[in-house]
Amino acid sequence: MSGEAERAMRTTTYREALREAMSEAMRADDRVFLMGEDVGRYGGCFGVSLGMLEEFGPERIRDTPLSESAFVGAGIGAALGGMRPIVEIMTVNFSLLALDQILNNAATLLHMSGGQLPVPLVIRMTTGAGRQLAAQHSHSLEGWYAHIPGIRVLAPATVEDARYLLAPALADPDPVLVFEHGSLYNASGELAPLTEPVDLDRARVRRPGTDVSLITYGGCLPKVLAAADELAADGLDPEVVDLRSLRPLDEATIDASVARTHRVVVVDEGWRTGSLAAEVCAGIAERCFYDLDAPVERVCSAEVPIPYARQLEEAALPQVRDVAAAARRTVG
Amino acid sequence: MSAERATRPGRTAAAKAGGHHQDLLTAMLRIRRFEERCVELYSGARIRGFVHLCIGEEAVAVGVHRALTPQDAIVSTYRDHGHALARGVPEADVMAEMYGRATGCSGGRGGSMHLFDAERRFYGGNAIVAGGLPLAAGLALADRLCDRSRVTCCFFGDGAFAEGEFHETANLAALWDLPLLLVCENNLYAMGTALPRHQAQTDLAARAASYGMVAWAVDGMDVEAVERAARRAVEGIRAGTGPHFLEARTYRFRAHSMYDPDRYRDKAEIEEWKKRDPIARLTDLMNENGELTKKRLARIEREVAEEIDAAVREAEQAPEEPVADLLRHVTSPPVDAA
Repeated sequence: MSGEAERAMRTTTYREALREAMSEAMRADDRVFLMGEDVGRYGGCFGVSLGMLEEFGPERIRDTPLSESAFVGAGIGAALGGMRPIVEIMTVNFSLLALDQILNNAATLLHMSGGQLPVPLVIRMTTGAGRQLAAQHSHSLEGWYAHIPGIRVLAPATVEDARYLLAPALADPDPVLVFEHGSLYNASGELAPLTEPVDLDRARVRRPGTDVSLITYGGCLPKVLAAADELAADGLDPEVVDLRSLRPLDEATIDASVARTHRVVVVDEGWRTGSLAAEVCAGIAERCFYDLDAPVERVCSAEVPIPYARQLEEAALPQVRDVAAAARRTVG
Repeated sequence: MSAERATRPGRTAAAKAGGHHQDLLTAMLRIRRFEERCVELYSGARIRGFVHLCIGEEAVAVGVHRALTPQDAIVSTYRDHGHALARGVPEADVMAEMYGRATGCSGGRGGSMHLFDAERRFYGGNAIVAGGLPLAAGLALADRLCDRSRVTCCFFGDGAFAEGEFHETANLAALWDLPLLLVCENNLYAMGTALPRHQAQTDLAARAASYGMVAWAVDGMDVEAVERAARRAVEGIRAGTGPHFLEARTYRFRAHSMYDPDRYRDKAEIEEWKKRDPIARLTDLMNENGELTKKRLARIEREVAEEIDAAVREAEQAPEEPVADLLRHVTSPPVDAA
């Protein structure tokens, strides 16, 4: 059995995993189509949909004008009209041009209509810094979106999640926002066949441990795992929790981890003030106060528009050494 | 219209025209009397929130809806009572929504600006100016992708011309040949700002045409003219000639909303437009044609009043949504695994 599973394991990239997931969904369901800027002939600005136009044609791999509000709104309308659209927005910074549609329509229609109008829509977008793209292509605003009732917010951080989160996201009757950190597209990893149904509500413990909980998501996961290795070399046993779902937050997994380790570091590429990290910390303070043996630590981005110059950008973002230092303070 | 009358239709055709006029008149009176009752109920604090009246603009809602079938979809604005009633959303459901009751057409969660009726494909009053346009394009896109011969009709005001969402959607709809009817209710004011004060070029139909779609303006105070224009547009859309734009030149006789002291318009201007009241215009025509007696008009008025009385009675007695259900409908209920 394990030999069979091992044979079925293969190495792929985050980008290819996303593409496989979309292609599989489109083969399985005629209602699914992909729409966004340069998703067709160009192959996606990050190459995610490369080759899909050839297989599915221009009606289902639909290039749009640079009209974020119109094509996101059209995705919402198409969902109301019985389709299962996947809308790609180039980056989270551009999604601000469609914020009216996402907040005032996608997140709101079900409630405002008294339950008559669910919006089964998936919106994918790139988020995050680390590629010297400066202050209009580098922000991490998924925490803002996680503030909004009525939408689900996912942050796949692994090849496995890139491959397997899309199908349940498309099956969700409500809007799902998927944030893909730009630094992850080239990441490669082992991909095993899916053995059990994916629960979108659940966080994952990526590394079990007993001394400190390092809670993170998305593009910070590889950095946090590297920090955990560093700490382990020093004789500590950190636990790494990958939130995966930013809304709803998996409180049970967070609380169970805190109950084991009694120490917490939350790592979030968003700005500290009003961040998702702040929400996670507040929840821990409310629910796990008596489990804590040290003040909760946060590692977030510096409160600055992300700058272009390499050393400045690096200084603005959470780094492995910052995570390790924060963890050491909690066990200090 | 004059051409029709010039042909001197025979007795049956005349009776048919009379019946048609009576339907139009009843539909417009229903909207007007309903909204007049809303004013009373608002003054009596039975209903609250923003209430935007379309009194004066009834011919647009009624004329356009005559061209649509139950399979077609409608996206409306915050000034949506007329559209909802013209679509056939029951008055009791609309009134209960104004009362914020559980039996309201949006379960009491939308109010005056957010009337919904999925069964009648009425996709709501959208209270963000131009915010309904992209959504309407998406409904039309779904029909195109599924090869369905349906039309999506989106209402919006002249104010929407200042929003990017109008221009983005007009381009998208023309680019993709979407089966979309864009109906601009040009009542000359974006809230309190007159059209020449918010648009550099005030010929709205010409601007819509510049996107490569069929566009024309129509007298929005003439219900038959609106109906004819809408039918022509819908025929064109169903024939596959892409989106059509209709600028209905109209006017609201009342203030923008119940909060508006209406300081920005000349009283004389309002009085001038009232001379073109679409309801008076139709009754005049019907009188001229011998299609309307005082008795018949009184009967229509009585029937409409009875409908509204019944709707108010129902709303007054309707249950409130329990506070315990506050969070209901934020997300869909989980699918039962069993």
